[in-house]
Parts: sequence; C-alpha cells; structure tokens
Amino acid sequence: MNIDFVPTAQPVSRLIEEFHKLPGIGPKTAQRLTYFLIRMPQEEARALAEAILAVKDKIILCSICQNITDSDPCIICCGEGRDRTKICVVEEPLDILPLERTREYKGLYHVLHGVISPMDGIGPDDLKIKELLSRLQGGEVEEVILATNPNLEGEATAMYLQRLITPLGIKMTRLARGLPFGADLEYADEVTLIRALQGRQEV
Amino acid sequence: MRAPKVYKTEAIVLKCINLGEADKLLTLYTPKRGKFSAIAKGVRRPRSKMGGHLELLTHSSLMLARGKNLDIITQSQTISSFLPLRGDLWRSSLAIYAAELVDQFTAEHVENYPLYKLLLNTLGWLCETQDVELILRYFELKLLTHLGYKPELHRCLGCSSSLEPTTNFFSPGGGGVLCPRCRENEPLTQPISLNALKVMRFLQDSDYTRASRVRLSAALSRELESLMRHYIRYLLEREVKSVEFLDRLRGEVIA
Ligand SMILES: [Zn+2]
Ligand SMILES: [Zn+2]
Repeated sequence: MNIDFVPTAQPVSRLIEEFHKLPGIGPKTAQRLTYFLIRMPQEEARALAEAILAVKDKIILCSICQNITDSDPCIICCGEGRDRTKICVVEEPLDILPLERTREYKGLYHVLHGVISPMDGIGPDDLKIKELLSRLQGGEVEEVILATNPNLEGEATAMYLQRLITPLGIKMTRLARGLPFGADLEYADEVTLIRALQGRQEV
Repeated sequence: MRAPKVYKTEAIVLKCINLGEADKLLTLYTPKRGKFSAIAKGVRRPRSKMGGHLELLTHSSLMLARGKNLDIITQSQTISSFLPLRGDLWRSSLAIYAAELVDQFTAEHVENYPLYKLLLNTLGWLCETQDVELILRYFELKLLTHLGYKPELHRCLGCSSSLEPTTNFFSPGGGGVLCPRCRENEPLTQPISLNALKVMRFLQDSDYTRASRVRLSAALSRELESLMRHYIRYLLEREVKSVEFLDRLRGEVIA
C-alpha cells in the first residue's frame, strides 16, 4: 500500500509521512498513530511536540562517556560512589539501561555508537573509539569490560578493541556469553552452547 | 501447479539488518533459489529459539513460509557456525569480504549452485587453513569463473599469441592479459609478473587440495591481491566496502 494515494488532508498525510520515516513504523502503523493523535486532547499533543523539540534542543553527547545526556558530563560520569577504575563499553546508549537496572555494576560506561560493520563501510573511525582510548591514558582505569553484542560484528568490535587496549596493560574482560535465563537447551545454537560450556562455573 | 506455502532450504546468511522491535531482515544465499531476503521474527529477543541459528555467516537448515512480499523464516537449525572464524578478527574479516563479494556479484533469485558451494567451502577453509590469503585469491578466481568473468591467462587478448615468459599486462576491461606489444594501444593496464601469472593460472585450473599447496611470498601475495582487486572493482564498478577494514587491520599489524 502506498501512502501517497491515501486521500486525506495535506497536514494529515504530512504527519503520516513523518511517522513512516521512523524505524519499525510501516505505512499502516503510521496511519494509526496519526489518527490517534488527531483525537488526542490539544494539550497532550502540545506536550508531545514539545518533548520532541526538547530532545533535539537539549540532548547532547557526554564529553566523557559519549552517552546521551542533557548535562555535560552526564549524571553517571558525575555520580558520587561510581567506581572510576572500571569502564563498561557498550554499542548504544540504550544498552546502558538494562545494566543500570541490575544495580550490580557501579563503574562507568563508554558508548561506541555502533559496531564495526565492514560490509556497510562502518570502520573504527566511525565509532567513539578514539574517545575511549583517550580516557584510558590517565592511568586511573584498571578494567575495561566489553559488553558489545555476542554476534559476529559485536565480537569483531570487541576483538578489535582488545588489540588496541591490551598493549596498554589494562585488564580486559568480556561479559559472559552463554545460555539466557529460561532458555531451552534443545534450541540453543552451537556457538551459544560452546560459550556456555567454556564459561561454566563450579556449583 | 501452485508453489507450496512452506518450503525447506539450506542457506548461508550473507547479511542481517535489524527490523522493528525484535525482527531481522536477512539476506540468504541458497543452493537452488540463489540470493533472496527473508524475515526472521522475534529473533533479537534473548529467549528466541531461532536467533543463534541465523547469525551472520552461519550455514543453517531453514523452513520458510511464503509471505506477500518477503518470505518468513519459521524454523532454523545450525549446520555449521564456522566457530573458529568467530574468535579470530582477521579470519572473520576475510569471511565477511567473501560474503560481500557474493552479495555484490549476484542478483536476487538467480540459482548458481557452484558459487554457493564455493562460498560454503571457503568459509570452512578459512576456519582451518594457514595461508588464508591464498584461499581468498583462489575464492576470487573461482567466483569469477562461476560468474562468467574467467580471465584469459594463456593467450594475449590483442594478438592471440601465447604469452611470453616475461612481464605482461593485465587488462581489467578486456578480462585478461596483453603482451607488451599489444599493451601499447591499451592505456588502462597493470603489469603482471611471470610468477603472478603462473600462480593465477595454477589456481584457476586446480581444485582446492592442489591449490592449497602453493606457497606465496609476501610480495607475490600483494601483487595478486592488487591485480584481483583492480579487476573486481572494474567489474563491479564500485569498491568492495569491507576491503577498507582489511587494509586497516593489516596496516595496524605492521605498525
Ligand atoms: Zn558521561
Ligand atoms: Zn599481443
């Protein structure tokens, strides 16, 4: 279905088009969201529009960890009681949320904003790797925890970082990879099973 | 006869792109259906039963259901994940390069079983061989043969005489070699040493077992890589993107 042919008023089709540009939103969902907004009270719609503008106006990247933030340095980098000897390296800002929710990790983070993806022409210079290396110069950091995703490109990125950081004499660790909680052995793939075996722990 | 609603195939995952909340759009290369895209639903959730079986560069056995636009993967089981590739940055980068070549050189739904088999074998060889670059050159030459771009390495493209044992000239535009005399009328050529010509002929005419016995000096290896790279770039009319990362890795090893 082509949204250009939907006979609607111009502001309506314009909003449908804008929604359609968002990731994961097809033409049907774009229409549904638009008609939902049309029925929305004026003040709620205004609040939404303002929230979108505020994100664009006020959100910047933290100059230390490259996470998205509205104050620089971000609240994690400024946080009292954070362990400044550890940096956990993640692919995207969203990856920090589940780690923070565990309340188990007290160190700092570093957001790469992507992974090395040779086929898409995304190389080390397109990621925040230089920024990470300059953070490791001070001598304060004792451990770098690699938390990129356990797929081919995430692993390649982790191995690449390992090559750069190992000569600096800083301890490097990788998040344990293995069976997810509640997983079924029967459906586990070979890579996951082998990693789970390698990372087995005494009980 | 109407096509069945579900079908089975084995496949190599050439590419994957995240789609929506938890889905992936995969580019598959298959023995009988060539290259095509299919959707795998929910595979980015940690408890997905299919996710690990559909990673980039895995060889899997799949069940698919025909969709309106794209077919949907309903079951998957790994045949091989080429595990040694995944723990080695250089080998996995070469494997990515091989997959990108297949992706760039093929059109959707064109069956090419020899090319499928070649890619599958190459991923396996990249797991175990010492001289991985030799395997890549072998892969490139065979790939070109299976695609109808087999370079002419025995006779001069211009005068058809047998090539003399001297430095000749490779012409990407002509898809072969020119003798020093005919080369005068053809500006876009690259010198090819006698050794490079011999190795290319040998790789072109050999099976893997025979080809893998060749030992290349570093200089000869560079020359062959450069010749193949120019020819492939000419045929594709663009750069192979993953080459940049290969050059980068190599530069940093030396540095
Ligand atoms: Zn920060
Ligand atoms: Zn000639």
